[in-house]
Amino acid sequence: MDTASATALPAPKVRIAEVGMVFQRKRDELHVLDRISLDVRAGELVCILGVSGCGKSTLLNIVGGFEVPTSGSVQIDGKPVTGPDPRRVFVFQEYGIFPWANVWNNVALGLRDKPKDEQARITRHYVDLVGLTGFEETFPNELSGGMRQRVALARALAVSPDVVFMDEPLGALDSLTRLQMRAEILRLWQRERMTILFVTHDVDETIQLADRIVVMSPRPARITEIVNVPMAHPRDIGSAEYGRIKNRLYELLGVSHAI
Amino acid sequence: MSWPPIAIALAAIGLMFAVRRMRDPWPKWLLPLAVGVVFVCLWQIGAESKSYWVHQDDGSARLVWSSPTPGQTALDMLQPLSDGTILRHSVASLLRIAAGFGLACAIGIPLGLWAGWSLRTFQAINPLVQALRPISPIAWIAFAILWFGVKDGSAIFLIFLSSVFPIVTGTITAVRAIPLIYVRSARNFGLRGLELFRRVVFPAALPQIVTSLRIALGIAWVVIVAAEMIAVDSGLGFLITDSRNAGNYARVAGAMICIGLIGIGLDWTVRRLETLDEVRWGFPKIQA
Repeated sequence: MDTASATALPAPKVRIAEVGMVFQRKRDELHVLDRISLDVRAGELVCILGVSGCGKSTLLNIVGGFEVPTSGSVQIDGKPVTGPDPRRVFVFQEYGIFPWANVWNNVALGLRDKPKDEQARITRHYVDLVGLTGFEETFPNELSGGMRQRVALARALAVSPDVVFMDEPLGALDSLTRLQMRAEILRLWQRERMTILFVTHDVDETIQLADRIVVMSPRPARITEIVNVPMAHPRDIGSAEYGRIKNRLYELLGVSHAI
Repeated sequence: MSWPPIAIALAAIGLMFAVRRMRDPWPKWLLPLAVGVVFVCLWQIGAESKSYWVHQDDGSARLVWSSPTPGQTALDMLQPLSDGTILRHSVASLLRIAAGFGLACAIGIPLGLWAGWSLRTFQAINPLVQALRPISPIAWIAFAILWFGVKDGSAIFLIFLSSVFPIVTGTITAVRAIPLIYVRSARNFGLRGLELFRRVVFPAALPQIVTSLRIALGIAWVVIVAAEMIAVDSGLGFLITDSRNAGNYARVAGAMICIGLIGIGLDWTVRRLETLDEVRWGFPKIQA
């Protein structure tokens, strides 16, 4: 049919337009975000990198619909975000899974409206997928940090979200578990091909995961630069390309990584 | 004053110090038992100090015990324990507790959940709750009799008053302390309204609610004596008043011990709740 529409760039999945955020405090105002604009394509894995307290979590909370920006707007699929939505799921650093419910019931949380047998089938699938087979009846307090994060991932993926927001989801894990979980997230992402917005302050994490890395400045946060990672998975962390990107990121963050 | 209770008490205290030097772990009941023995000895010594000799007209002297000793109390309790008197009064007291405390739960927990969740409700009712809370249930006795007569209703009303405020306040605090992340997660997965309450707000607040129930039940059991002293003709509180009027202080002491033991039992029962899977996460394991 119309060749123009067929060849045009697809509309972005997530469009962040001129988003600004100012928190009112007792005596003054806190400028957190300064006119942030970013387009994320469907199926893309974008990392947002910045120093602690720069406002990257605030940005994610706005995109996720938990907070309302002072200025600007966020659109997903061309519609303005007005609140949290089960099609777009948040994974928190502190997991956010429910300690009063066992693994199975946690994973099944978002499937309440589905028929019973389908609930069971989907829950079974995602519990197995994240490697928690045999732990269905276990309560979160009896699991390790990595396993709890797997529960949070399974719970998020079970609702087949088209966007997943991850707010430093691996921040509370030890370094080895963190590596394993990165590989896990990549595996699940390559399988399900959802759009992921991943907030972190870990430089290596961004290079290992992201298609594009959005580097943010300290407060009030602006986008310093967007760094492309033109490497195929699995990525060789010893390669020259990896080292080049790493140097560039440290430079953009204003930190010397040679100590 | 006789020497055996002093000697036994000193021996028990000596045992407590000796136990610190023992290398093998001592049985868990040993120290509490030693403390109990010291308590009973002090009771004995105290009772003896309140006894005195009366010289009678015929020249002989008679020892008068103005306070019952542990032994006299135990002897006196044999009969009411075996003929079911104690059981009957205990059951009467427990039924009143069940009614008053149950009513306090039925009203206090939903009210607390609501006021904990809705800031406006909290701001509206909290001043009144905090103003009513410090008024001792004893102060309500006059109105209790006026409204409910000298019947069970009065006692139940007083027990209700004593426990409803700790439950409301505890539940409000519990809901307000729910981490934001749980509520956000719940909203993210589309939970709202009653389902949000049932699946997240209530379970998240439950451990702290259980704690407030435990405190409230303790207070209710304390108040039962006062409630039954004025208002009814059965129950352990009544037994105390009745025995006192009859001059039987050993029976008074015995009834007091029963109240203490049943109190331990009630607390133990509520503590069992803390081990349920649904609330266990809220109680960090404390080393025994």
